[in-house]
Amino acid sequence: MLSINAAVSDLKRLDLLANSDSPIHALDARAKVLVTIIFSISVVSFDRYELARLLPFFIFPAVMIAYANLPPLYFVKKIAFISPFVLMMGLFNPIFDRAVMYHIGPLGISGGWISLISMLIRSLLTVGAAFILVGTTGFTAVCQALERCGTPQIFTLQLLFLHRYIFVLADETGRTARARELRSCGRKGRGIASFGSLAGHLLLRTWQRAEHIHTAMRARGFIGRFHAHRRSHFGVTGLCFVLGWTFLFITLRIYDLPGILGALFTGILP
Amino acid sequence: MSHHIVEVKNLQHVYPDGTIAIKDVSFRITHGESVAIIGANGAGKSSLLQHLNGCLEATSGEVIIGDTRLSKGTLPDIRRTVGMVFQNPDDQLFMPTVFEDVAFGPLNLGLSGSEVDLRVREALERVGAGHLSAKPPYLLSGGEKKRVAIATVLAMSPDILVMDEPTSGLDPYARRQLMSLLREFHHTKIFTSHDLDMVLDLCPRTIILYEGGVMADGPTRDIFLNDALLAACRLEKPFSMQECPVCNKSADTKKL
Repeated sequence: MLSINAAVSDLKRLDLLANSDSPIHALDARAKVLVTIIFSISVVSFDRYELARLLPFFIFPAVMIAYANLPPLYFVKKIAFISPFVLMMGLFNPIFDRAVMYHIGPLGISGGWISLISMLIRSLLTVGAAFILVGTTGFTAVCQALERCGTPQIFTLQLLFLHRYIFVLADETGRTARARELRSCGRKGRGIASFGSLAGHLLLRTWQRAEHIHTAMRARGFIGRFHAHRRSHFGVTGLCFVLGWTFLFITLRIYDLPGILGALFTGILP
Repeated sequence: MSHHIVEVKNLQHVYPDGTIAIKDVSFRITHGESVAIIGANGAGKSSLLQHLNGCLEATSGEVIIGDTRLSKGTLPDIRRTVGMVFQNPDDQLFMPTVFEDVAFGPLNLGLSGSEVDLRVREALERVGAGHLSAKPPYLLSGGEKKRVAIATVLAMSPDILVMDEPTSGLDPYARRQLMSLLREFHHTKIFTSHDLDMVLDLCPRTIILYEGGVMADGPTRDIFLNDALLAACRLEKPFSMQECPVCNKSADTKKL
């Protein structure tokens, strides 16, 4: 129950960060959405054994966090939270892929370990970029930008409704769970049976709320179509932001920057 | 022709499970009247309100708004005329920001961008919520949500304002603020409420519902002085008309 409330206030904090004032916040949402998409595609398109070439991509989250005045520790914690899930997904890589790829002294490192670390880095980069996008733009603006970039309205509306009512439903779930907990006297309550009924009630209440919302929408003239009333300006700054980052990502994707730098250094050395 | 008249004739509503929510209800509310519909829990108040703008379809009987009989064809016009504020503002505020929520109705009316802007600004200023415009609804307090919910309806320029339990869940200050706001609205007003002091303050006329039917319809003061009627309908006098718990003096009903 506590974790539900904590998760909701955490989500609220992420949204509130989007109300800050910085050059990154001031950019058009579409520019930031486009850059994040291009960034994610560039990162995930590398070979599964790629490690070194992924590292320069950390420049994007670093620059965004610095210029948008976001609290770095908060984002590090948020990103770290997902790493156990990624590790679980890649758990079997070292077991099945045992071919040794690198040697560090007498220690042989198998392809499975490399691909697991590569997967972890990629997820940190892409999930981090998504968090930064929401933290600098706001979930609503992200959805609206997606819609203006051609995503069907039905998807963006679902996301917007989900985001609006996740707070109301989490609140309701928290209250119901608290009521159950208080009457369980510190024990398990009636175990799984009471959880089943609790979940059923929540589902029915969600249904009822959906009906109420629909009634409220109809009462204000809704006949199945949402009318947009949004203004935003892409502008030269937005264009420069998109072109600049896209150029960098493509360059980093095509050229092996760590390799070139390494060759340069080893070339200089006698 | 006046859009401000509400006439309900022999209205009946039976829910799919067989519960009779409203039986043979008839009344006529004229231009500029402020009317309270009161009754115990389950008396049919909310169900009755939902018939006034077609959110619920009557099993039998009819609802007439102005000169228009409520039917599928006249629904869009009636929904513009009758502005409905729901009991729970969380049901009413579904858009991402307060501004977009208030703009939802005017946009559905097909108004132009600048007209929508103007209406939204005016409605928010009228309820004292202009500064909340960019906020998401989930960050508002209960009182703020209620005021914004009223603004969403005012932005559609309704001729009749229908409110389900307007003061429920509000602190005394927010309640007083809301009551002053409602007093300024000079069109026809219909409220349901358990806040009988608010009813006494705002509504010269009261209709009592009991088990789905109209038990009484008349001047609010006369109804609240009828102890037998109130007891039969599981109601009590407003606090301001009850005996003082400190000095045991009865309220001076002549002042009311």
